[in-house]
Amino acid sequence: MRIKLLTAALTSAALFAGNAQAQIEIQWWHSMGGALGEALNGLANKFNLVQKEYKVVPTFKGSYPESMTAAIAAYRAGNAPHMLQVFEVGTATMMSAKGAIVPVAKVMTDAKETFDPKAYLPTVTGYYSDQKGNMLSFPFNSSTVMFYVNKDAFKKAGLDPNKPPKTWKEVVAAAEKLKASGHPCPYTTSWPSWMHIENFSAWHNVPIGTKENGFGGLDTQFTINSPLHVKHVSMLADMSKKGLFTYAGRTNQGDAKFSSGECAMFSGSTGAQAGIRKAGKFEWSINFIPYHDDVKGAPQNSIIGGASVWVMGGKKPEEYKGVAKFLAFLSRPDIQMDWHTTTGYVPITQAAYDMTKKSGFYDKDPGAELAVKQLTNKPPTANSKGLRFGNFVQGRTVIEEELENVFSGKKEAKPALDDAVKRGNEILRQFEAANK
Amino acid sequence: MEKRVVFRSAWLPYALVAPQIAITIVFFFWPATQAVWYSFQLQDAFGLRSQFVGLQNFAALFKDSNYVDSFKVTALFSVLVAFFGIAISLLLATMADRVLRGAMAYKTLLIWPYAVAPAVAGVLWAFLFAPSIGIVTYVLKGWGVDWNWILKGDQAMVLVVVASVWKQISYNFLFFLAGLQSIPRSLIEAAAIDGATPFRRFWTIVFPLLSPTTFFLLVVNIVYAFFDTFGVIDATTQGGPGQSTNILVYKVYHDGVKAADLGGSSAQSVILMFIVILLTVVQFRFVERKVQY
Repeated sequence: MRIKLLTAALTSAALFAGNAQAQIEIQWWHSMGGALGEALNGLANKFNLVQKEYKVVPTFKGSYPESMTAAIAAYRAGNAPHMLQVFEVGTATMMSAKGAIVPVAKVMTDAKETFDPKAYLPTVTGYYSDQKGNMLSFPFNSSTVMFYVNKDAFKKAGLDPNKPPKTWKEVVAAAEKLKASGHPCPYTTSWPSWMHIENFSAWHNVPIGTKENGFGGLDTQFTINSPLHVKHVSMLADMSKKGLFTYAGRTNQGDAKFSSGECAMFSGSTGAQAGIRKAGKFEWSINFIPYHDDVKGAPQNSIIGGASVWVMGGKKPEEYKGVAKFLAFLSRPDIQMDWHTTTGYVPITQAAYDMTKKSGFYDKDPGAELAVKQLTNKPPTANSKGLRFGNFVQGRTVIEEELENVFSGKKEAKPALDDAVKRGNEILRQFEAANK
Repeated sequence: MEKRVVFRSAWLPYALVAPQIAITIVFFFWPATQAVWYSFQLQDAFGLRSQFVGLQNFAALFKDSNYVDSFKVTALFSVLVAFFGIAISLLLATMADRVLRGAMAYKTLLIWPYAVAPAVAGVLWAFLFAPSIGIVTYVLKGWGVDWNWILKGDQAMVLVVVASVWKQISYNFLFFLAGLQSIPRSLIEAAAIDGATPFRRFWTIVFPLLSPTTFFLLVVNIVYAFFDTFGVIDATTQGGPGQSTNILVYKVYHDGVKAADLGGSSAQSVILMFIVILLTVVQFRFVERKVQY
């Protein structure tokens, strides 16, 4: 009896092992921790359940720069993953690495997966496509910047909580009233460069750099010292001096300042909502980001942040088939809707957006739809479809350093932005030389 | 009195030091040589294309006024860390050496922080000093100090120096305590009988006898401030605000690891390597002369 049981166990184990071996494993390195990581694992599990040929194995590799560094090192050592999640500022570095990556459009057509680039939202995919419209990487988690208002603080200051400021002039006026009512921090921001330089430029339809923000070639140059940029940054510096604006730091430190109630108005990612919902003990609203009403045509549309999935080179054709199947699976409207509603990231296809709308989700959570509306406010122009600057990790640091010099009163806006352009261009030239 | 061990065998001494030499070659010389090699190259992140560019990476660095500024920041930072690290631990060691009751407990507590990783130390201090939620910030606000290291460069410098010094005190303390315990009691007693005050006894007997230890710690602390503190910086200021705490080694890390600019980052580490070699040579040639063994 015992022997029989044992043999049965062994046979079934062997069967399972055989089964597992026949499956083709697809390695996927990502940077989604906590609840987001669970949602991502859920996607992979679902894919592994609906088909048996391939098995997607997600691995958390630390923060965005960490997983990118790990993948680069792995590529150099000859064992890169099949798929890698890369943050938006790493896009130019990835796309220049010809041979190390395979464009998503090519993966899909080679595997004969149904793939219609027009099904995707243009502001989302434009960021990750070449000039001919070929999708280079697969937009996975996309967010954008929103404007948050603490309604209770507005009431206290005698402001109408249902009339959030639409323009920067109104923001300043509201901030003054909030300060007069004794509020310690009328306005703050997260991600200063992304919000006040990159999205600011797109929202006002002015270029961040020449050559269509770098889409048109490596010989691009920054143009963020234009009169409009100088005007905006000096306005922030002025607000900072008067105690209307509190600088929080280079990443998402502003989130906590808003959700704790310390700051009354806040520019932050769509991703900040989960935290505010959890920690905020006040009524709040989510709104379009403010604009300067003396700029013609503003507001245009905002641009995305977040990350996309890159397919790495040098793998077997049957493995690419699995990758293509998985990406097609990720594009399914129901999967997109699931991801969109659980994480707060925007959907990447029109069908997923329509489906979510029909489901009535936006009636409960209007903020989730507002992000999509802001991204698709107008058809994107050359200035507002995104940006593509080489080594923008360093470029962003330069911009943030110079912004800090302005907010702390060390430099005036004009010379600081001139320096940001000068130092940023040196980085671009270095990248151009290395990627000729 | 000279102690000398004589090996009879010709190969045994070499065999005994071989593992150490092997480790030094694999983990120190080999990477250092690679850094020198990379510093002459311009490479994309994936190493798909690389070209020999001679000294161009170095030229680009010195053309950048911010890089030159980073030298000043590093100099200030390492002097502050070494000075306060040594001074505070010397004070603590002299105190702990005189404690009669519960000496073990004091000593253990003082050695404790050494077990904390630099990044953790950085986060701890960053929490205490956090601009809106930190306890220390709260107290300082009560005293009328506007504490905001997110925007104020000198305060950011204070924060990273405090965190780095705190982390290093235990190490220095251990060496000073050992040094103090090896000073013959009879010397100090003789001086006491002659009527020298504790203050005088310290400066004329104890401190000179500790000079080899102090010298050793000076070298170690400077190297620590130059290389090991990037965890503290990364966990707190990340070089900001502006460039106020952007020390050389942090820029190496940022450019090389975060931004994947291998050529530029390697050139910086080669420069850093030369600075530390130079500093150590200077310390051994000039400072060591003042040391009494």
